Amino acid sequence: MSPISRRQFLVGGAVAGTGLVLAFYLPRHGLHSSSKIEFAPNAYLHIAPDGKVTVVVARSEMGQGVRTALPMILAEELDANWSDIAIQQAGASTLFGDQSTGGSASVRTTWDPMRQAGAAAREMLVAAAAEKWGVPAADCTTEKGFVIHSASNRRAGYGDLVERAAKLPVPKEPKLKDPSRYTLIGKPTPRLDTPSKTNGTAEFGIDFRMPGMKYAILARCPVIGGKVASYDDSEARKFPGVVNVVKVGDYAVAVAADSVFASLQGRKTLKVTWDDGPNKDLTTAAVFDALRKAANDKSVSLQSVGDVASVRGRRIEAEYELPMLAHAPMEPENCFAHHLGSTCEIWAPTQVPQDVRDSVATALGLKPEDVHVNLTLLGGGFGRRLEHDYAVEAALVSKAINAPVRVIWTREDDMRFSMYRPPSVHHLSAVVDAQGAPAAFTHRLISPTISGQKGQPVDGGIDPDLKDEAAFLYLVPNLSVEYVAPPCAVPLAWLRSVYAAQAAFANESFLDELAHAAGKDPLQYRLNLLQDDKEITYFDTKWHTGRLRGVLQLVAEKSGWDKPMPAGHYHGIAAHGCFGTYAAEVVEITMHDGEPRVDRVVVAVDCGQVINPNILEQQLHSAVIFGLSAALRGQITVEHGQIQQTNFDSYPILRNNEVPAIETHFVESHEAPTGIGEPPVPPLAPALCNAIFAATRKRIRKLPILMG
Amino acid sequence: MSEFTLRINGTERKIDVAPDTPLLWVLRDTLELTGTKYGCGAGLCGACTVHLDGEATRSCITPVSAVAGRAVTTIEGLSQTGAHLLQQAWIAEDVPQCGYCQSGQIMQAAAFLAKTPHPSEQEIIEAMTGNLCRCGTYHRIRRAVARAASSAGGGR
Repeated sequence: MSPISRRQFLVGGAVAGTGLVLAFYLPRHGLHSSSKIEFAPNAYLHIAPDGKVTVVVARSEMGQGVRTALPMILAEELDANWSDIAIQQAGASTLFGDQSTGGSASVRTTWDPMRQAGAAAREMLVAAAAEKWGVPAADCTTEKGFVIHSASNRRAGYGDLVERAAKLPVPKEPKLKDPSRYTLIGKPTPRLDTPSKTNGTAEFGIDFRMPGMKYAILARCPVIGGKVASYDDSEARKFPGVVNVVKVGDYAVAVAADSVFASLQGRKTLKVTWDDGPNKDLTTAAVFDALRKAANDKSVSLQSVGDVASVRGRRIEAEYELPMLAHAPMEPENCFAHHLGSTCEIWAPTQVPQDVRDSVATALGLKPEDVHVNLTLLGGGFGRRLEHDYAVEAALVSKAINAPVRVIWTREDDMRFSMYRPPSVHHLSAVVDAQGAPAAFTHRLISPTISGQKGQPVDGGIDPDLKDEAAFLYLVPNLSVEYVAPPCAVPLAWLRSVYAAQAAFANESFLDELAHAAGKDPLQYRLNLLQDDKEITYFDTKWHTGRLRGVLQLVAEKSGWDKPMPAGHYHGIAAHGCFGTYAAEVVEITMHDGEPRVDRVVVAVDCGQVINPNILEQQLHSAVIFGLSAALRGQITVEHGQIQQTNFDSYPILRNNEVPAIETHFVESHEAPTGIGEPPVPPLAPALCNAIFAATRKRIRKLPILMG
Repeated sequence: MSEFTLRINGTERKIDVAPDTPLLWVLRDTLELTGTKYGCGAGLCGACTVHLDGEATRSCITPVSAVAGRAVTTIEGLSQTGAHLLQQAWIAEDVPQCGYCQSGQIMQAAAFLAKTPHPSEQEIIEAMTGNLCRCGTYHRIRRAVARAASSAGGGR
């Protein structure tokens, strides 16, 4: 943390005189970042003379609760009155460092700076009151937006102190609270955005509008990667309300109209001749053949202990396969753009406002600073909004038709023309000792690199996501986790828990196989591999076997693992660590006509300090249901080069009558907070398949379960 | 194009649109009532649910020609103050995550409770099963519907 300088403090000077503004700088997180900005504030705080505290949120709200959790962190150290807090959403900026919302990172990367900001402001307000009253600052306390001098029975509201406080130096190392004094952090707290989401006033990307705005829907080649050969728009242009038809890049034709419906109708009558390109015969089978063909290619090592090749004995092997998946956020892709010649205004539901800014600037030939990206609420993200294709489309259409425009993808567009969670094949192999414990454990993870396909840096051939997601946290004397990145013709994207879901399915299913082969209880088998407290360094994260053991024991205790199951009920267990968090789940099922019904899921996590248990519970429910949708029925398939799924009928997600009882538990901890949006997803599928094995003695090695 | 007189949230609105325009797009594009959401365009997800003479209706597959003269209620018109029992219950249970589907969920629940003021949990689940939520807020939705029912003196 660099010292907060006076100059930096004055960065927020636009409101000087009207209140106390505290900006703070810190190095951009992510050492591999190529940003020009060395230091930038990643949030700031504004206290008005009326006592209103405004916290700027520089992450995207997509349901995960950042517009509540991040202000809570700052308000805790500020000792603000929570009901005085308002939030302001930052758009793409140079003031906030990396604003990407992904990798379950919002809380873990803003935890320190948000606390520092609150604490520094609090110290300045205390100093201002002490100065005003002529008493030592050390004799003053703070509580709910007031500085208090108990000895003289004086109180001053923060708003009354802002003018004086603004003239004081910013403390370089403000003292942070001891967690025992937290009044807000760790307490279930209602979300600030809930009321607006119950009365229709919450503004999502698709809701932003401007007078004169047009709507555009794009026709795209049904075959992946196909291009426009030629098109005839004579009929489309005749449709009432259609104002223009323009080509977008080399791959799409946009129909711009006065209404969404006119645009849709126009697209129906548009005649496009497509150049299908090289993928016209692509099939799902070919996608997986490419993976298997590369299975024995040279791999890169993700994790290595001892020498697996030197171990002789009884070998057990298995292959697992996971399908491609679509994000299918409830709000389909859309973006507003208004190209104004030398500038461009964007209103986007995006997880990456800065990437939107930069890619739109490139597409339009503008400077990044001339592209102004405003952020709306996101109707779900799940990784789809880490892409910025839809924003570039909006900008290009706006420029071409010389009008403000909203590009909207239909649900069918979302399913068919998106980017997908990579497919994967996993080769697992273990040599077991006389007790059935793994003397050697090998996991060869074969899955295309997302970053690599996008032309982003893939250091040493290791997709950067694997470094947060694919650690093997059990203690085995000889271990090799290897990665092979075959090419893939299907466009790829990060999807909630990404490679972690793949790695966990393979590891945790295989451990279950080993446990059964050894005749051991699957929980006990895992605990036997976690007996010793050891630190495991996996790339940049230090993992602790004791914490994985802790969540396994917690979930076992809460689910009643050791108690006999009622007749016809079966359970399975699995655990995984990713994004710094440990998660374990027990899934209970009954079988009906050969298909599993999931009756109960118990989940336990250790994510360090919990900020808001209310939001944590939401995230755990969300992750379990997301994971269950994928495990039961989630798959994207390809025939004749075309994605086969088109809407929620062919790509079903769980409905209200299909969700199991879900019980959530977390480890009380004051360790630094880690991710929670993704880590509870990966254990679900293997725990479920392990339960199915318990019920049927059939091992499911390929997902999805019901349509595989 | 054709002229229609619609009764939206108790107010008469005259519009001039193609007769086969789905009510959803009339609400959103023509009348700028954007609380009603587009999710699938095929009656599969329920994000676009409004009331048509009190019945929960998927506005994305309902042509505007079919609703002329009938009472349309959207999330904006569910209560004047946003204090409908269901809205209060939704806040008390802190239901929404991303929030995109929630207008449709609440409208679905409101039509259901109007007809079934004393629902069992199973009836609530069945009534809400046509409304998808990708964030997985289903359990809190159930609790909020039950809470609204019991605060109205219903429930069992």
